[in-house]
Amino acid sequence: MNLFKDIEHLIRLAVVIVVLLLVFVVLRVAVVPHSFGEYGHYRGDAIQEVAARPISFAGHAVCEDCHTDVVDQKKLGKHVVVSCEACHGAQARHVEDPGSVKPAKLDTAILCARCHEANSAKPKGFPQVATADHSAGLACDTCHQPHRPKIETAAKNEAGGRK
Amino acid sequence: MQIPVEGFMYPNEVELQWSVLIVLYPFITGLVAGAFILASLERVFRVQAVKPTYRLALLTALSFLLVAPLPLQLHLGHPERSLEMYLTPHRSSAMAMFGFVYLWYLMAVLLLEIWLDYRHDIVARSQSEKGWKRLVYRLLTFGSSNVSERALRIDERLGYFITLVGIPSAFLLHGYVGFIFGSVKANPWWSSPLMPIVFVFSAMVSGIAAVMLLYMLSTRLRGQQIDIRCVDKIAQYLLYTFVIDFSLEMLDLIQRIYEADESFRSLDFMVHTRLWKSQVIIQILLGTVTPIALLGLTQVVKLTETARKRIYGLAGCLTVIGIFAMRWNVVIGGQLFSKSFLGYTTYKMAFATREGLLIAIGLMILPFGILWVLVKLLPPWPDSGSLPASGAPAHGTS
Amino acid sequence: MDITRRRLLMLLPAAAMAWKYVQAGTPEAAPNYKLTEHWWAMLIDIPKCIGCGSCVRACAEENDVPEGYYRTWIERYHVADWKIERPDVESPDGGKNGFPPHADEGGKNFFVPKLCNHCADSPCTQVCPVGATFVSPDGVVLVDKNYCLGCRYCVQACPYGCRFINPKTNTAEKCTLCYHRITKGLTTACCEVCPTGARQLADLKNPKDPIHEYLRTHTVQVLKPHMATGSKVFYNGMDGSVR
Repeated sequence: MNLFKDIEHLIRLAVVIVVLLLVFVVLRVAVVPHSFGEYGHYRGDAIQEVAARPISFAGHAVCEDCHTDVVDQKKLGKHVVVSCEACHGAQARHVEDPGSVKPAKLDTAILCARCHEANSAKPKGFPQVATADHSAGLACDTCHQPHRPKIETAAKNEAGGRK
Repeated sequence: MQIPVEGFMYPNEVELQWSVLIVLYPFITGLVAGAFILASLERVFRVQAVKPTYRLALLTALSFLLVAPLPLQLHLGHPERSLEMYLTPHRSSAMAMFGFVYLWYLMAVLLLEIWLDYRHDIVARSQSEKGWKRLVYRLLTFGSSNVSERALRIDERLGYFITLVGIPSAFLLHGYVGFIFGSVKANPWWSSPLMPIVFVFSAMVSGIAAVMLLYMLSTRLRGQQIDIRCVDKIAQYLLYTFVIDFSLEMLDLIQRIYEADESFRSLDFMVHTRLWKSQVIIQILLGTVTPIALLGLTQVVKLTETARKRIYGLAGCLTVIGIFAMRWNVVIGGQLFSKSFLGYTTYKMAFATREGLLIAIGLMILPFGILWVLVKLLPPWPDSGSLPASGAPAHGTS
Repeated sequence: MDITRRRLLMLLPAAAMAWKYVQAGTPEAAPNYKLTEHWWAMLIDIPKCIGCGSCVRACAEENDVPEGYYRTWIERYHVADWKIERPDVESPDGGKNGFPPHADEGGKNFFVPKLCNHCADSPCTQVCPVGATFVSPDGVVLVDKNYCLGCRYCVQACPYGCRFINPKTNTAEKCTLCYHRITKGLTTACCEVCPTGARQLADLKNPKDPIHEYLRTHTVQVLKPHMATGSKVFYNGMDGSVR
């Protein structure tokens, strides 16, 4: 009994600590998001939240569904592998509302150079030109048809584009 | 916000992630661990000479420990979420575990030890003080004012046991801070198994130096005589730990230079340019070699008391500056080079922002404010205060 | 417009189904998507990359990446003769606007697109103190921006420099492998716009994915293999100077 009296202050302290621990445990149960630990040490709902973001690039499959004429054109040339939005930009809103949202008109003088401006780091077989020499600032679609860029021999002689 | 870059950085690397506040954090925890280890010396190894600093060291450790999480808190992008560290700690993260190590050290070791050691005083003051002070002391007694001989003896035994547990805890606390850096494999400047050990020893060095300075300063401020035997002993410990610390750092350096792995050329260039002043001049020459030489001098040459005191004061100041520079070089230096080893960025300290110089200075002053309050509340010196009963702190080494 | 959509639904089941969810902006991924049936990866064919920057621009638009930060970027390497340990590398604006003509004509020049490697043993998720970043069951390293503290430890831990702190949200951000797209049957924005097919999204759990044949028949490497992070972005034709 006497011993109890002499360690009473320690017991009181222990009670305070235990109460604090209990508060912590209760707080933990109350505050931790319910989906935490669903798949691993993270909030399971976070996966859906990341997946819920709206898209900007519709994907060429959707474009090709309506613009069949362009698909036919592309099939005839090397640009068949280039997807529509690589040049035309993100078009998800156009797909959503084709009537009122129209893709912007493109300036081929700038656009084509992004890929075809000569650069020693580009793969050797890739068609590239120094645009200043090649066309002197003229828009590329003066001679080339972007969806089917190779120029037929007759047309080439007239315009005289140089490699 | 154009940050000067030399060579090539990965584009997201240009901006530094951890600012001067994260420099403060290991510096402050280091002072805590070091001060506690000095206090434990007296208690566990019964070094009578350093006894005058025992309580002061404990209070210093507490006041710095209370400030230690603030720089972390301030640098977080979402400080309001910091409780998540305790609610869903990620077991594989060194940083998450640090939260618990910190809490363990604060709650189970430091507060308990101080409380047990001061309980006699607290009880006495809860009866003699008036007004709000009385309330504070009453609260601290937890409603039990039993200070019978047996109760105090039990406190003493428990306190001894806690100190025993406390020493490895102090090592753990700061070793863990070292591990937070040492375990980042992506960063060769940090990634080293020596990092935790270097951190522990540099912590002891800075803590011992800080308590020594605080003791000398506070004694002088109170118009008392400095116990030269005590300061001699502390300076001796400072020298020994410093020699170990320096050897470890040099070991790390020599290993890096000799191995010269893929990162070496890049890091070597950094040390010779961007870190030259803070690493070579301030940390190594001014902050390590000079104080070791000064302290060494007091060991070999017989000097007058005044001369020794002056040397200790100078060496102590240089030491604290040197250890701060070491933290700076670790934290900031580790972010100045590209992980591609092809370039360097620049750290420009902001001034009045959330992570700026002003806040950093404030955070460095704050522990002294807390210490001042603690000293008023729980006087660490036996002769102060009007209480006749507070003269005999009962931790039976006497 | 209604007719167009119905036509879509009839003609292109996969894309159209995805479309429904895209438009609704509903939190649920497309119903036929099962987390456990995929293990996403990417293939990068360095000899095909022309450094046009389309991927960087598309990524920024698709994911609203803040100015000056990059979820994907392109580096241009110049290696002078035998000095593969000291390449000259540059990445002006992450290659977003392409690259100026090269001054050094000698040696070897090539482009390397970079993005998060979606490591299976990712150091960034290992160090996150609260579980705000994780490897999803389908193998994508994601950030939970509603849980992230912004402690920046993950940014330090990534050996590839793929993470940054978004100055608007103050949380860690990185490539999600266009998780909002791939869970709906689409490819990533960067793969979609890559004009040469230098980037290919791959599903390692799908036995019909051409990646398996590709990995069998090509010399493939990952970035910094000594980091042993279980990187899932595979590079074909990568020079030893790349880091």
